[in-house]
Amino acid sequence: MKPLLSIAAFTAVVALFPLVTDSGVHLNFVMMALYAGLMGMAWNVLAGFGGQFSFGHALFFGFGAYIHIIAQLSWGINPWFAIFLAIAVSALVGAVVGALSFRYGLKGSYFALVTLAFAEVARILALSVDITGGGVGLMLPLKPSVANMQFESRVGYYYMMVVMVVVALLLTQWLKGARFGAYLQAIRDNEDAARAAGVDPFQVKLRAIALSGAMMGATGAFYVQVFQYIDPAIAFGPQASVEALVAAIVGGLGTVWGPLLGAVVLHTLSDVTRNLFGALPGINMIIYGSVLVLIVMFLPRGIAGLGVSVRDLFGKKRS
Amino acid sequence: MSRPLLEIENVSKTFGGLKAVSSVSLSVEAGSLCALIGPNGAGKTTLFALMTGFIKPDQGSVRFDGTDITGQAPHLNARLGMARTFQIVQPFAAQTVRENIAVGVHLHERDRRVALEKAGQIAQQVGLADQLEKPASELTVAGRKRLELARALGTQPKLLLLDEVLAGLNPQEISDMIPVIKAICASGITVFLIEHVMQAVMSLADHVWVLSQGQLIASGSPEVVTQDDAVVEAYLGKGTAARLRAKGSAA
Repeated sequence: MKPLLSIAAFTAVVALFPLVTDSGVHLNFVMMALYAGLMGMAWNVLAGFGGQFSFGHALFFGFGAYIHIIAQLSWGINPWFAIFLAIAVSALVGAVVGALSFRYGLKGSYFALVTLAFAEVARILALSVDITGGGVGLMLPLKPSVANMQFESRVGYYYMMVVMVVVALLLTQWLKGARFGAYLQAIRDNEDAARAAGVDPFQVKLRAIALSGAMMGATGAFYVQVFQYIDPAIAFGPQASVEALVAAIVGGLGTVWGPLLGAVVLHTLSDVTRNLFGALPGINMIIYGSVLVLIVMFLPRGIAGLGVSVRDLFGKKRS
Repeated sequence: MSRPLLEIENVSKTFGGLKAVSSVSLSVEAGSLCALIGPNGAGKTTLFALMTGFIKPDQGSVRFDGTDITGQAPHLNARLGMARTFQIVQPFAAQTVRENIAVGVHLHERDRRVALEKAGQIAQQVGLADQLEKPASELTVAGRKRLELARALGTQPKLLLLDEVLAGLNPQEISDMIPVIKAICASGITVFLIEHVMQAVMSLADHVWVLSQGQLIASGSPEVVTQDDAVVEAYLGKGTAARLRAKGSAA
């Protein structure tokens, strides 16, 4: 019950936030941090729980974004339905990639490379077919109305993101306490031992990548709806892949709150450095990068595992 | 009583030019406690891997509980009731002892809470009850061997294949473990073990097979097998049996 209480408390805090601030900047900041956190949570399902490190989560992000916008522009589907279509297609794309790579037992760096290649292939395809608008990209016409999922103010999108993040938190929490999650972690820790205990690694990994893809696809759809524009580089370029994995790794793999925590810390860091050193272009990225290195070096369990890491550090000193 | 639970027939496996296992046939009776012994590199672990499906045999067949399972994937064999432990222990290091055992229990129990609870009962059975909430990585070698056993028991097997669960333990730990294995067999689970610790084999097994250079060279009760010339020579070198006998009669 306690984990559900923390999720409820979190929901209450973020839901009440727009009532105490009328600063669009603050609202936007929290929304984009949650957005990055959602990407991290998507990646965390497959990598944190399942130990399968993907470098190409942009593939699912891009599919989510493109299906969401193409469904509206070309097929005349209402965005409230299109987003579910986008999520479903992203899950399917995840299952296809998973079936192709897990079937042949691809692991570790090989799996990472294959996912990277899939995302690149998708980017090049998106550049050359008509339905995606090629390199010009696709624009979502401005038609503000709730029925069009286009809100008059930022607050509408903010609440949309809150709902998505809460659903993702609940999913991750469910994973922690379900057989599926236990099997996934068993495969991460030792695939042969899991097989001996009756776990079918192929099927479990396939479900995990589909779930991860679905979550990532949802962020893609959200992106398109907020920015009303997508092109192949945004959709399938490395940025989304990197953002997803960095948030999860910095925050703490295999934890419920880690990716969200990581996203908030990183967003704060990048904002602060940009404001402090705005006059010296590039220096903010150097500081950002250095902090990343420090976190990875000294907090192998991420920010969420801070307590354990500190205990280990002192434990080692004593012995 | 004498129904064979596991039957393997003419099973062979070659790795490159090495015949790891060649034309091995044996059958394990339901309810028995038997052992596979042999010098290092004889192919014992390979034979276990061939039975459980981790390696596909080049030739021959494996039948379990009346079904042909030759080359069938390990997780399907586990579902049929065949559980194994690993010689080199394979814990889910990041998880607690309880969570480790629960992975096995989940085979027949979907509910997480029930599985974790049952894991506690199984830990009791193998003597891990006081370490349930410890991470598996903090266990001693003896503890990890018990954990292997517990996780396999969690799957409610009909046949338990134990790959050197006593190796690396001190004499005290070995004599603690023997009654645990005996109790498992007494509870109706057929046990087939690979073992180097002869003291354990002598006191545990009803029947012993001896594997040397991929071939079965002897089988029978532990007493018979340890008197067998071929077995003595497999361990100690050609001609040793005769020498030992000569020494024995001279003394």
